[in-house]
Amino acid sequence: MIDDFLVRAGLAVVALAFASGPLGCFVVWRRMAYFGDATAHAAILGVAISFGFGLSVEIGVLAVALGMALSVSALANRGHAMDGALGALSHSALALGLVGISFIKGVRIDVDAYLFGDILAISKPDLWTIWTGAIIVVALIIWRWQSLLTSTLNQEIARASGINPAKEQLILTIALAIVVAVAIKILGALLISAMLLIPTSTARQFSRTPERMAVLSVLLSAVAGIGGLWLSFTADTPAGPSIVVFAAGLFLVSTFVKRDRR
Amino acid sequence: MSLIATEDVSVHHGDFPALENVSFAIDSREIVTVVGPNGSGKSTLLRTLLGVFEPSSGTITRKPGLKIGYVPQKLAQDSGLPLTVRGFLSLPKRVSDKVALEALEETGATGLEHRQMSQLSGGQQQRVLLARAILNEPDILILDEPTQGLDQPGAADFYALIERVRDQYNCAVLLVSHDLHVVMSASDRVICLNGHICCEGTPTVVRDAPEYQALFGQGTHGTLALYQHEHDHSHDDCDHGHPHHD
Repeated sequence: MIDDFLVRAGLAVVALAFASGPLGCFVVWRRMAYFGDATAHAAILGVAISFGFGLSVEIGVLAVALGMALSVSALANRGHAMDGALGALSHSALALGLVGISFIKGVRIDVDAYLFGDILAISKPDLWTIWTGAIIVVALIIWRWQSLLTSTLNQEIARASGINPAKEQLILTIALAIVVAVAIKILGALLISAMLLIPTSTARQFSRTPERMAVLSVLLSAVAGIGGLWLSFTADTPAGPSIVVFAAGLFLVSTFVKRDRR
Repeated sequence: MSLIATEDVSVHHGDFPALENVSFAIDSREIVTVVGPNGSGKSTLLRTLLGVFEPSSGTITRKPGLKIGYVPQKLAQDSGLPLTVRGFLSLPKRVSDKVALEALEETGATGLEHRQMSQLSGGQQQRVLLARAILNEPDILILDEPTQGLDQPGAADFYALIERVRDQYNCAVLLVSHDLHVVMSASDRVICLNGHICCEGTPTVVRDAPEYQALFGQGTHGTLALYQHEHDHSHDDCDHGHPHHD
């Protein structure tokens, strides 16, 4: 059954949901939307470098995403209005990656696949990589949950309790780089942060605790993933964008449901 | 041994010197109030004591195993993070319902456990923040502008609550205030800060110090009003709001 491309695609989006759900919550709580964007855009540069040096795409993307995430994290910590610098970094990495890819001779690279994902081409080894990455991210977040939450809420309380907020931020930075590396083949560099933000925003409306919001985000991401695949299969639309459209539809419906309840 | 001591500590934000050569220590069970105008480095001092900022020179010594109960001024509102009072009390260490409810009762916040943190009033939030800070039976309570946003009776009640908590837990209290007119009367020491320590001593010594009067003017006839007096005096002989004549 795992040989069926749709089943593999389904398993891939579910794995991604486990990782992007809780991580997306922290991205929203800490107001780091830009962080996801910049890191994901850098993935294209990672793709170019991977092909240039004959590395596996996951390794190249992971390395460049990690480098970008660490730089962004350092910039954000300076506390100044870093919007300009962040935007410059993010889009330069994307543009540089695209230019880099055009120089690579010999191999024909389907750039669209890395910009928007190519989930129906996910192979069995890809699936292993994706699940491994997802499990690492979930394990990191569960392991550090209390400390992550405390330092997200208030840095001083964290410090007073013996928690180092910089270390917790590093954990999130690493988790983000891993998510980008595993999501690039599923959603592509341009749509990864949509999955970090949209299901999480939907979950926020029905959550009174952070734990519930994280779990709901996973469920909603998985539903959007499966729903998007179904949409893609029946209407012959591109899979990655269909998933995001499905997630956005859920968000829209949820705002009406929420309004009716009030 | 002091709980926390700084020696000649300077802290810079970029090139800007926020604190210069501050030497300060707080002992067990002491109540110390730091007063200073806005921008005087009070918050920087607190954050440096907590370890958020690294001093650019000087040393900080904390008693090994020191347990700090920190009460921030307020939490960021509407951060998108849903959190009940009960959930907040379990950060960073999970506590049982019994322990959590007891702490709420001690700080006069009974019945708030199911409320969202973001929906509490200023006074309620302060009590909940205090409840969390006493959960680990701290050696020292550190409070950042705890009465900001409270009216005067509210501030008086909160100071009385801090005193009660201190007596019960036998902890030291370090609090920062820009409210120059109302300082906790139970303070053993008041430190007047303006980038450096201008003067320090008992509340009455600081009240009479020329450095204090130079910094804050004599708008209250030099009286550092102590909170319980606020209930006694009538508004006729209260000159709050008059221009300072310095």
